[in-house]
Amino acid sequence: MAATIADLRARTLAYAERRLPALTRLRKAEPLPIRLDRRRIYVLPTGFGVSFALLLFVMLLGALNYGNNPALLLTCLFGAAGGASLFGGFRAMNGLSLTQLNAGECHAGAPLTLRLRFAPTARTRPSLRLRRDDAETAFVLPAGVESDVALTIATTHRGWLRPGRLRVSTDYPLGLFRIWSWLNPDTDFLVYPAIESPAPALPGGQGRENELARAGAGEEHAGLRDYRATDPPRLIAWKASARHDTLLVHDAEHRSDDALVLDYSALTGFEHEARIRRLTAWVLAADAAQRSYLLHIPGAIIGPGVGTAQRHACLRALALLPHAHA
Amino acid sequence: MRERLGQRPFELVAIAVAATIAAHLEHLPPWLWIAAAVAIAARVWARRRDALPVAAWIRFPAAGLLLFAVIAQYGTVFGREPGSVLGCGLLALKVLETERPRDARVAIGFAGFVLMSALLFVQALWFTLAVSTVLVLLLAALVSLQPAPAHTEHPLRHELQLGAILLACGLPLAAAGFILIPRLGSPLWGAPGKDTQARTGLSERMEPGALTDLLIDDSPAFRVRFDRAPPLPPQRYFRAIVLWDFDGTSWTRDQRKGFLRAEAAQDNGARIDYTITLEPTDRRWLPALDLPLVAPEGARLGGDRVLIADEVVSQPREYRTRSTTRYTLSPVLTMQERARALALPPGFDPRTHALAEGWRADGSDDATIVRNALDLFHRSFTYTLSPPLLGRNSADDFLFSTRRGFCEHYASAFVVLMRAAGIPARVVTGYQGGWWNQSGNYLLVRNADAHAWAEVWMPERGWMRVDPTAAVSPARIELGAAAANDSAAWSQSAWLRSLRNRFDVVNGLWTRTIIRFDALRQKGLLTSFGVTDPNQGDLLLAFSAVLGTILLLATVWALRDVAKPHADALDQAWAQLGRRLARAGVARRANEGPLDLLARARSALPAVAGSLTELVQNYVALRYGAVEPAPERVRSFTRTVRNFRAPRRVSEPPVPDLQR
Repeated sequence: MAATIADLRARTLAYAERRLPALTRLRKAEPLPIRLDRRRIYVLPTGFGVSFALLLFVMLLGALNYGNNPALLLTCLFGAAGGASLFGGFRAMNGLSLTQLNAGECHAGAPLTLRLRFAPTARTRPSLRLRRDDAETAFVLPAGVESDVALTIATTHRGWLRPGRLRVSTDYPLGLFRIWSWLNPDTDFLVYPAIESPAPALPGGQGRENELARAGAGEEHAGLRDYRATDPPRLIAWKASARHDTLLVHDAEHRSDDALVLDYSALTGFEHEARIRRLTAWVLAADAAQRSYLLHIPGAIIGPGVGTAQRHACLRALALLPHAHA
Repeated sequence: MRERLGQRPFELVAIAVAATIAAHLEHLPPWLWIAAAVAIAARVWARRRDALPVAAWIRFPAAGLLLFAVIAQYGTVFGREPGSVLGCGLLALKVLETERPRDARVAIGFAGFVLMSALLFVQALWFTLAVSTVLVLLLAALVSLQPAPAHTEHPLRHELQLGAILLACGLPLAAAGFILIPRLGSPLWGAPGKDTQARTGLSERMEPGALTDLLIDDSPAFRVRFDRAPPLPPQRYFRAIVLWDFDGTSWTRDQRKGFLRAEAAQDNGARIDYTITLEPTDRRWLPALDLPLVAPEGARLGGDRVLIADEVVSQPREYRTRSTTRYTLSPVLTMQERARALALPPGFDPRTHALAEGWRADGSDDATIVRNALDLFHRSFTYTLSPPLLGRNSADDFLFSTRRGFCEHYASAFVVLMRAAGIPARVVTGYQGGWWNQSGNYLLVRNADAHAWAEVWMPERGWMRVDPTAAVSPARIELGAAAANDSAAWSQSAWLRSLRNRFDVVNGLWTRTIIRFDALRQKGLLTSFGVTDPNQGDLLLAFSAVLGTILLLATVWALRDVAKPHADALDQAWAQLGRRLARAGVARRANEGPLDLLARARSALPAVAGSLTELVQNYVALRYGAVEPAPERVRSFTRTVRNFRAPRRVSEPPVPDLQR
């Protein structure tokens, strides 16, 4: 029952936002930084606020009926403090400025952590809430420093993900008024494909063993070259470097002949997404084993290569593969 | 909203609720407040030990039990007292079931209502202040429900501070509401004051010894402002009730007998005009300085010259009247009056009768008998507030064995003695004395100043006041109740009493300006702003206008820091220099750094090239030479920029063609 109502409500809202953008304050995505000001901060009483108003009315009637001025004064004080709280809440939101929006690496199905960076503000802004769909987090922005806020959202599909509208809201300080605004940054995040789990071992597992055997056969300098500033540290061959008084790195290019080939078309008997999931798992496995690999997918060959750049290039290509029915 | 309420906010809510219930303590039955305290404390303790929520099978029977107990005690749940008891009980039960922030908010909102209802019982200034403090606690509890607190080191202090700030910010709005919300002409439901239990105060029934509660009650009874000089202390008799009828134990004023005529009073000068502000008594009598001559509005003058209000005094009441201290009251007595003023119940006080008849047999006249009686009191009686109890023959016991008592005993015994001797006499109760407040220029009369005296009727001279207490303890009359009541409680110490009396100016002000602020004064206030004959609509209009103004000011305040961004002083000075140069025809281009601008400006404005070079180099050093430029150097730079005058140029030099 509750689910039906929630669904109906969401659909009504979506319809209303499509047809009445001016009324529902649907904003187009906009570039960062996004600064909240009075033109885009909205205020409505919360359910508690409405009951509070009713309560005040009853208190007012009681005080007036008994002709009791101190009681009336107390009622006025209570109400006025509630009214004053509106401005406190508004000040917590007004001038808030979102400067950056980042996200970490994420595979479909795993939670994606968005990191929102807010510009330093003149005063502490307590008890703000950030919400997207069902994900919600409460945070405080201390005065004078840049602050990062993390919001974890669920992912389902590979490919581009636009977080869309994020609701920043507060009912500070008394919970009588909800003050909210929408952040709709035009930032997209790439969600890598899901990983097949458990995944079978890498294809052509003997390639690595051949290489090791050859290295053991005495070709000491095989696969090594001089260090360049752009080389990742984990490619440095420390033992060899110590012997030669110069930094040497494992040469990926040199090993390209032995590169592992991860071929989309070789995975027959699977449907499209299953192939992508397996390739993703293999890319990660190959990367973890520091092996050179080549990804062959319809329309592109990536690599051969090793390291972070190769991994990201492959995952990106996999993520952006057209969907099966498209 | 779905999260569980933390322990700290829960405890703050529990404390706020407990304080709210404590505000009702005075009239709560002990079973309720003990149960509430135990329930709240037990819940706090259980929650500290991670107990489960209180189950519904405990909560619902508890609520039913509460309802049953209230009905058993009061017979109803409606009305001020049963309603507040029920409210306190429900509030305590709400704390029991509070598990989520939503519950806590409901509890706090309801606590606000219960807190307000406490003021229906006591309206004193100190109590209102105490209740406002509890309100701060309630607001702080609401703040504590917020998800991410601003300060985690001293959260409680921060919350209390915020609650107080919110209350302070609300003051203008609250004042506007208080002054301008139209008061009701007549109550919407019930009749205020009808459902109350009697307060301590003078009652229309007097038993010797019954006033003790009243005589130790230090709360103000009324305040008197005299138009001219106040009467001397021995003349400060305020009559409230005249008691005619004695049944052997108590004096009453039998309404059924009525009064056949208004007693004629001849006024022998010494008129005094004054205004009395009476604290609520929940009775109808109005005290007036000895012998009121006219009845104030809403009251009538009783046959025996007491003021009787048309309605019970359930709110502080202010009235103005005129009295005299020299008078002849009722020089002729009718037969009925005489019979009533001589009536004594048969079979009581034989020794008193014997004594009076003995005096009469000696051939003494009325005046001598009165003097004899006063002599008797003066010789061998003691004034005390803790007298021994009297038996069935109260006058006999008092006159011949105990001989210790206070005004009631003396008045009662004296009147019995007079009636036994055949002199018409009656008891008058009221107040005597009071404390003259020099700074406030008014006479403060406390409940402790309650007094009882006698009136005897003499041919030609009419009813005359005789105060037998004065014969025993002249200090009681000359110096007031405080001097005569020798019970040495701490609260009786002279300096404390004097402090309290001085502080009463504030209390009096509170009563006059806040408690007594009614529809009439409201109209008067608006009239002083030039609104003739204001009605409720005008008041609402004025309220809306003030509300709008306050909201506007608050909005300006809330938007303030956005409208005026706090810019860097160095940037501002540089922007000013840019504007000066632009006026002189050298506008900075978007792609131009300071040095490029300088190069262009030097060629365009050779007259100021030297000072400009210095300025720009200065700026570059300040802006790019240090992370945080020294403030004094920035100030000096700002000054130089302000003094810099660029020569005015008519036209912009042609822009060099960058394409070429």
